[in-house]
Amino acid sequence: MNTNTQLLRFITAGSVDDGKSTLIGRLLHDSKSIFEDQFSAIAKTSEKRGMAAVDLSLLTDGLQAEREQGITIDVAYRYFATPKRKFIIGDTPGHEQYTRNMVTAASTANLAIILIDARKGVLTQTKRHSYLASLLNVPHVVLAVNKMDMVDYSQARFEEIVNEYKAFAAQLDLHDVHCIPLSALNGDMVVDRGENLDWYKGPALLEFLEEVVIDRDVNTSDFRFPVQWVCRPQTNEYHDFRGFAGRIEAGEVSLGDEITILPSGRTSRVKEIVTYDGNLATAFAPQSVTLRLADEIDISRGDMLVKSSAHAPRVEKEFEATLCWLSESPLDKGRKYLVKHTTRTAKCLFSRLDYRVDVNTLEQHAVEKLNMNDIARVALKIQQPLVFDSYDIDRATGSFIVIDEASNNTVAAGMIS
Amino acid sequence: MKLVEHNMSKHTFTHLDALESESIHIMREVAAECKNPALLFSGGKDSIVMLRLAEKAFRPAKFPFPLVHIDTEHNFPEVIACRDKLASDLGERLIVRSLEDSIKRGSIVIKDESKPRNPYQSVTLLETIEEFGFDACLGGARRDEEKARAKERIFSFRDEFGQWDPKNQRPELWDTYNTRVNPGENIRVFPISNWTETDIWEYIGREKLHIPDIYFAHEREVIRRGDNVIPVSHLVQPKPGEKVEVVSVRFRTVGDMTCTAPVESTARTVDEIIAETASTRITERGATRMDDQTSDASMELRKKEGYF
Repeated sequence: MNTNTQLLRFITAGSVDDGKSTLIGRLLHDSKSIFEDQFSAIAKTSEKRGMAAVDLSLLTDGLQAEREQGITIDVAYRYFATPKRKFIIGDTPGHEQYTRNMVTAASTANLAIILIDARKGVLTQTKRHSYLASLLNVPHVVLAVNKMDMVDYSQARFEEIVNEYKAFAAQLDLHDVHCIPLSALNGDMVVDRGENLDWYKGPALLEFLEEVVIDRDVNTSDFRFPVQWVCRPQTNEYHDFRGFAGRIEAGEVSLGDEITILPSGRTSRVKEIVTYDGNLATAFAPQSVTLRLADEIDISRGDMLVKSSAHAPRVEKEFEATLCWLSESPLDKGRKYLVKHTTRTAKCLFSRLDYRVDVNTLEQHAVEKLNMNDIARVALKIQQPLVFDSYDIDRATGSFIVIDEASNNTVAAGMIS
Repeated sequence: MKLVEHNMSKHTFTHLDALESESIHIMREVAAECKNPALLFSGGKDSIVMLRLAEKAFRPAKFPFPLVHIDTEHNFPEVIACRDKLASDLGERLIVRSLEDSIKRGSIVIKDESKPRNPYQSVTLLETIEEFGFDACLGGARRDEEKARAKERIFSFRDEFGQWDPKNQRPELWDTYNTRVNPGENIRVFPISNWTETDIWEYIGREKLHIPDIYFAHEREVIRRGDNVIPVSHLVQPKPGEKVEVVSVRFRTVGDMTCTAPVESTARTVDEIIAETASTRITERGATRMDDQTSDASMELRKKEGYF
């Protein structure tokens, strides 16, 4: 039994025309992650639609509600595994609601595969996908230059595209970009290397997904522990037990460490790190644990525990953020909304809308209101202080969602600058 | 107190560790933000994993919610025995509501006793939610089971009628979950959304969880109908001309006795099941749930009616 494998979450960005569904189908098929009943269902549909070969893109085809109305529901999650890793694919359809969908899927991804059609090269949508990957701070990017079979597997064409892309990507905050030529249709350089791309010496796509180092994706230096739930058994055996349950969002903590509770600023020491499997000497992100402190201090959900010695987070009621508006009803600047940030929810208002970013050109435009899929720079005022880091340092403590109190809908996603 | 040595260095946080921590985080969000949650518990393997995750999330305290079972009374007796034993071993409150209650009330009318009762489960579930005023129900559904589930959120909003509206789901970003509902509405929460069938078995092995015996290979009287192997029970008897065979089988899922088909297997341990699962070529529901084979969209339709 091999349970010593890591989990990698990735998204695929590109339209049907780029062969995105075919690429996912190819990954699942060649890694033997498609089951016979799934395969026979799509074989039947392919035949019904008069196709000569089994259309692997049907594997990601959706629900009856989608077929009836010709729409595609935002994000579908798919799973496959190799002996080296487990994978979760966040699959988003590429249509006009793309920004909202890609932002959603990218928020939890370790890696983004950005697809390019080798015939077409770097397009507006390539730039949009790359901008969103950098905005959401996705740690790794694979530029998959697909349909190499349509350009005679030309090394010169591949290098031309790579150079053009790198020139563009230099403006963005992308940390780790890797370029792979492939043909999803023929299966070259996806799971198997194939025989057509011998000039390419790097890893095939799946090999790269299996090998890319993701341990450092989590902020390991500054301990951040938003308190989720206070554990008070109130039984005879655990009469005085008071533990603070939560997930370590960044860094690590050890017994005896001096802890500062924010926003109050009071301090104490770690007395016990409790888990169901026994107490620990040290715990690290992203473990879920229960901490007990040496002193009786009033701590509740929404408070954040940090190491006193570490770089301190900001504790403020006003900050600037990049906002992605997700709701069909536009932002109403006169209204108050709710912000949910880590485990704290508070009222907020938008004190300034600075500018909107055109995701295709990266140009900034003046803005009066925000519509669905808009990305904008804004300033917020919160009813009570939040304890946060900037999003580029820590995705967990630098992100928030905005909830409309009237509809209870999630209407926006924010990244604190 | 003795300290547990870390069995994982910083660089080997395994997929099971990651999935477990995510599930614990989700359960604690429910406990902290929902007023009156419940955990739907059937005695099947996924819900047994859910109980272990709840122990990890909340011990040494009691669970901040009761366990609720919607009993079709078409369940395998081994599963019901396991359900009762687990609830009592854990010392947690178990609420059982039966389809029979809804039948007596007249809200369910059964036309054919030998037909699966899954379609009716939603009725009793919704009645139970109303009876206790639950605003959140934790369920052990997984996204790899079925394509409707693959598109469902971890926190899945349901209106007063328990309906799932696939086109109108709340965006779900990072691990920041929106748990808000109005009175009468309800959230279904799926903490093991991202687990696969293999993950579940690996976790059962790692945690040494006790599961009903019928998950392991055993000799059983079955009849063959089409491609399906159907267990003989008081609900399913051979029709004229059908032959009863004794075959070594195990169940991959343990739902309604009339529509849960076992697979032929000799796997008698968790490790043997993991090996078989790794090499199987049929999805869990495809192999075992005849009610999901009737139409391409059966699960989607059931969920729209309030199924979990």
